[in-house]
Amino acid sequence: MRGSYWVRKLASLAATLYATVSFNFLLFHVLPGNPVQLLARSGHYDAAARRQLVALFELNHSLLDQYVIYLNNTLHGNLGFSYVYREPVTTVLGSAIGNTLLLVGTATFITVVVGVWLGVVAASRANSLTDATVSVTSLSLWSMPDFFTGMILIFVCGVWIHVLPISGIESSGLASGGLAHVLDIARHLVLPATTLVLVNAAEFSLITRNSLVDTLVEDYVLTARAKGVSRRAIVWRHALRNALLPIVTATALYVGMVLGGAIQVETVFSWPGMGLLIYNAVEQRDYPVLEASFLIFAIAVIVTNFASDVLYRLLDPRVRRT
Amino acid sequence: MSESTNPRPVLDVIDLVVHFRRRARRDVVRAVDGVSFDVARGEILALVGESGCGKSTIAMAVARLVAPTSGRIVIDGTDVTSVGGRALRAIRRRVQMIFQDPFGSLDARQTVFETVAEPIRIHRLARDPEDRRRRVMAALDQANLRPPERLAQRYPHELSGGQRQRVAIAAAMAVGPELVVADEPVSMLDVSARAGVLRLMMEGRDRLGVSYLFITHDLATAWVVADRIAVVYLGRIVEIGPSPELVAHPAHPYTSALLAVAGGEEHDGPVLPGEAPSAAAVPSGCRFHPRCPRYVLAGEPAICRDEDPTLHIRGAGTGPAHRVACHLAQQDPMEETK
Repeated sequence: MRGSYWVRKLASLAATLYATVSFNFLLFHVLPGNPVQLLARSGHYDAAARRQLVALFELNHSLLDQYVIYLNNTLHGNLGFSYVYREPVTTVLGSAIGNTLLLVGTATFITVVVGVWLGVVAASRANSLTDATVSVTSLSLWSMPDFFTGMILIFVCGVWIHVLPISGIESSGLASGGLAHVLDIARHLVLPATTLVLVNAAEFSLITRNSLVDTLVEDYVLTARAKGVSRRAIVWRHALRNALLPIVTATALYVGMVLGGAIQVETVFSWPGMGLLIYNAVEQRDYPVLEASFLIFAIAVIVTNFASDVLYRLLDPRVRRT
Repeated sequence: MSESTNPRPVLDVIDLVVHFRRRARRDVVRAVDGVSFDVARGEILALVGESGCGKSTIAMAVARLVAPTSGRIVIDGTDVTSVGGRALRAIRRRVQMIFQDPFGSLDARQTVFETVAEPIRIHRLARDPEDRRRRVMAALDQANLRPPERLAQRYPHELSGGQRQRVAIAAAMAVGPELVVADEPVSMLDVSARAGVLRLMMEGRDRLGVSYLFITHDLATAWVVADRIAVVYLGRIVEIGPSPELVAHPAHPYTSALLAVAGGEEHDGPVLPGEAPSAAAVPSGCRFHPRCPRYVLAGEPAICRDEDPTLHIRGAGTGPAHRVACHLAQQDPMEETK
């Protein structure tokens, strides 16, 4: 039974990925405009040069052939050629992905830890002033757009009190690799990461709080109390473990949301990641870069959801053996 | 009472009161309204009554899961009414609790082993992991969960209701408690699973000298298992006595009614009129008088409406252990069932 579950799960993962790749192809080849028209807008290209460009971007094949070529290229990690940067898309994306992973990874980790912790604090003092403060504050922050919160932080920390860098990922003129360089990047990371944490922590604090409040009235919590389990251990060991499933779901959904948020935050803070890349690519109609970015975002979301499915089985013995 | 064999009871509850203030309705629910009883070493005392009569609240108060409004709870000579911290934890080892719903009372994410091992770990009863494992297996074996090695790896959802309840009992017994508070431990089980759970309790009493406070709504079960029975009505004990005596010669009309419901052929008593009143609106005088057949038969005497009866020895021919809270019990020792 066990084997067949994984076979089914992986097959559905593969099918989803295939559908995503195909949709991505369709989306960009149905859209009007192609790179040759874009490049030829200036009018400096003669017919021969245009044909050469058409051949370069493989636009001289039928749509079906283009699709097959696209699939083949994608499978081989060839994501096309940027119209704007005149470089392979993989090269363009390479450093951007790393920077986004640094920002989003740091922010997500802190968001989950802080959010869950706040939720636990609120739930263990349910209906108290602390509880209300946590809920109202996180809701207010949650309702703010990412870019707005980012701009406030820029104003406060960059303009008002000059404590932290507000733009880019590093200062110029530092030798790469040294401790000073790492610390410099960390300082640049503070504000954009804080923005993402402030805006998104509510998702975790509110879900954790509500899930935990429901769990804390279960009979086995009373049993644990009667056994002599300390309040802290009841919350962290019994109740939170049982309240964790909605949090895992939220994390999976969150990854999709935070990538959207990253576009805004990276733009506001000029963080050279995927978000800024997408923003610029949209402005300059750099379709191959957009196409590849969408694909990578989609794959990130799909893989995260798959991971949360797997986590479910590990966390819930009732799901595990069915 | 077995006071002659051991003068100090394991549990002594003195004038326990538990009131719940309902802010929304601006009233007070008098769930437990002045209850005193004790449980001797190696004795099973059953608290019997309808749902809502306060018997579960008494159990929760004894297990220190709800705070009493007033009164005292004394465990083996130590007043534990308001202890906290380390002292409370020590009491939690000596007083274990078994709950009604074995589907809810076990953590679905813990294996049987973890469930039983947890109290051993908390109370630091095992010298090392191997010792702990041995204790868990012994507890499972004693709870008739065999083979223990196999069952220890199961999760609650893989067990039957009876097995789950025996896991709960194994976890409770693993720390060597002196008193076990069992709140309706068999009422949610199939009839076929009940005997096994009840037998475990009686074995605990006979072999290990464990005392039980056994909460049930079923007088028949209480009669089978318990040494003594206390009948609870609307937050008060209305009658208490040795099981055979109380069942054979009920002194309180409410006990007679419960016996009639339990289906005893000899007690073809009257069915009570009306529902039990809310504990937020306790009747004046004897709280049972609005439903009392004896009150009607006696011509509705004023004393029943005006004066709250206390528990007193029933009267000639019965031992001091059998006490009843009824103004008319002594004037009318005849059972109204005849």
